[in-house]
Amino acid sequence: MYRYDEFDQRLVNERVAQFRGQVARRLSGELSEDAFKPLRLMNGVYLQLHAYMLRIAIPYGTLSSRQMHKLADISRKYDKGYGHFTTRQNLQLNWPALKDIPDLLEELASVEMHCIQTSGNCIRNTTSDHQAGAALGEVEDPRIICEVIRQWSTFHPEFSFLPRKFKIAVSATEQDRAAIRVHDIGIQIVTNSAGEIGYEVWVGGGLGRTPIVGKKISDFIAREDLLAYLESILRVYNMFGRRDNLYKARIKILVHEIGAEEMRKQVEAEFKEVKARGALQLPDEEVARIQAYFLPPDFETLSDEVPEIDALIAKDKDFADWMKSNISAHKHPGYSIVNISLKPTGLTPGDCSADQMDKIADIAEKYAFSEIRAAHEQNICLAHVRRKDLYEVYKALKAAKLATANIGLITDQIACPGLDYCNLANARSIPIAQEISERFKNIELQQKIGRLHINMSGCINACGHHHVGHIGILGVDKKGVEHYQVTLGGAADQTAAVGDIVGPAFTEGEIVNAIDTIVNTYLDIRQNDEIFIDTYRRVGAQPFKEKLYASH
Amino acid sequence: MAQHSRKGAQFHAVTANRLLDGVVVYLTATDEWSESLQDAEVAEGKEAADALLARGAVFFEPKNFALDVYLFEVEPTATGIRASSVREAIRQAGPTVRKDLGKQAKLDDTRASLNTSPQAVFA
Repeated sequence: MYRYDEFDQRLVNERVAQFRGQVARRLSGELSEDAFKPLRLMNGVYLQLHAYMLRIAIPYGTLSSRQMHKLADISRKYDKGYGHFTTRQNLQLNWPALKDIPDLLEELASVEMHCIQTSGNCIRNTTSDHQAGAALGEVEDPRIICEVIRQWSTFHPEFSFLPRKFKIAVSATEQDRAAIRVHDIGIQIVTNSAGEIGYEVWVGGGLGRTPIVGKKISDFIAREDLLAYLESILRVYNMFGRRDNLYKARIKILVHEIGAEEMRKQVEAEFKEVKARGALQLPDEEVARIQAYFLPPDFETLSDEVPEIDALIAKDKDFADWMKSNISAHKHPGYSIVNISLKPTGLTPGDCSADQMDKIADIAEKYAFSEIRAAHEQNICLAHVRRKDLYEVYKALKAAKLATANIGLITDQIACPGLDYCNLANARSIPIAQEISERFKNIELQQKIGRLHINMSGCINACGHHHVGHIGILGVDKKGVEHYQVTLGGAADQTAAVGDIVGPAFTEGEIVNAIDTIVNTYLDIRQNDEIFIDTYRRVGAQPFKEKLYASH
Repeated sequence: MAQHSRKGAQFHAVTANRLLDGVVVYLTATDEWSESLQDAEVAEGKEAADALLARGAVFFEPKNFALDVYLFEVEPTATGIRASSVREAIRQAGPTVRKDLGKQAKLDDTRASLNTSPQAVFA
């Protein structure tokens, strides 16, 4: 894992001290709210419905056991004993008091954590594959370049006041688990015909009120040129991105309006100049220095064949179910990737209690090299676990109520905080997710349905990524009453697509039955072992519309 | 963001979030702020609502006590003051989830008036 050097630590410590002074001046009245608001947002402090909300950065979703223990501590000390993992691989606390936040930040800084780049019109926390360093078929660990991007982008003076926020995601496998095509910039790590590692660059993807799948503007950027190329994209955006209209200010609107080819030309022209200056050429030794932090852990020489685990699978059905959905193949023999679901039946997607955080940290310490990942699907991942330890890990997780066997299944839903917490929301998300998880809790039914992603947002801002759910649910306000609009056919992976609106919105009382109807229609018409998205792509929306609106 | 009030609404109260900790508060008849909607002053008609808002606004500036001071629609009922919108019902009673903690765990008169579901305010 990356460890702060003296510059990183000093930067974070100084920021805490600055914010302490700013909070004191705000509370004394010396600073107006207008002056203070941008300062608090730069430190991840929002004001929500019931309280302030603090968004804590987990760069590219990686944290250590020590850091997770600290998150547990501060959740107890400054909040109500739980936190919420988000689709940006961050952690949100829902109840901190403004007066306490400087102390909270100081505690975070003591474990090399902060809330920088979690708000404001800057380059946000770079996200990546939660299976980084462990996934099969990975070109290289994507966190190396994520960390390079973090160091380049943090407090970058030219890009601290962009037209809007700016999100970069990185994937190093063909299977995209980082949703790179719906980010402002998506980076796919690839190799060229000479076997050199470089970057395919996608630009102008995004969700929100104008969902757009990004466009590829480069097939291969050499490693040494990546920062120069990113800087060029940001410059073009900073120059031409709209500042007159908040809703048209994201880079996706610029790319959509001028077209991918023109965008590519503009970026190439800028790239030529940036490159000529040479200042952003990434030195090999610097990459090597950062790479050293992400070297694989000290893996043992083991076999994937573990008869005792196979015997336990045959004997313990719950364990077998968990193995089936929550374990992913690891690139090193004898190891597995353990995905921990934060979607237990009837509870809040992404929520994790302080006690559970401590348990995860302990389990990671004992079985997974003290390394933990937050996944953008609002789950947790232990990237490197010996296969022979899987039953012990399962039992420990089960004791902490963290062994829900539903990764990738219908109850593994993404849901934003919605109107229960969020100041922007029009409708509640969490209670709908809870009802859906109750409706489909039967594991045999979930396995029969197969891979199906339900994503839900409480407003058009789409924090719950509803556009790219196989089934998307968007909460809307109709004359003061919550309604839910359904989209079908979205996807966030390498086949990224924006879902189609299926028809008029449903009431709170109707929406779960509507989901049931969609699922049953799919089960009726699917061929062989088709998963939902494949059936939808084959038949389109019509069969679902007919069933959903049959009585209308 | 949802509307806080319908056109032609008759009754209003003033709410805000406390600067120090962000907690939801309501302006009372004695120009204090209470965490309970039941303590709020209810204004009838537009003129009274505007006057109430003006009294509340000074607590943003210059008094530096509250943020986002605004009017929202309420309904005085036999059992107490009720927020008219889902949003304000949730601000008043806490999230409709995690009923094991926070103000949503306290089954007070506001929770009872919600019948546990904010949707009930439209029933």
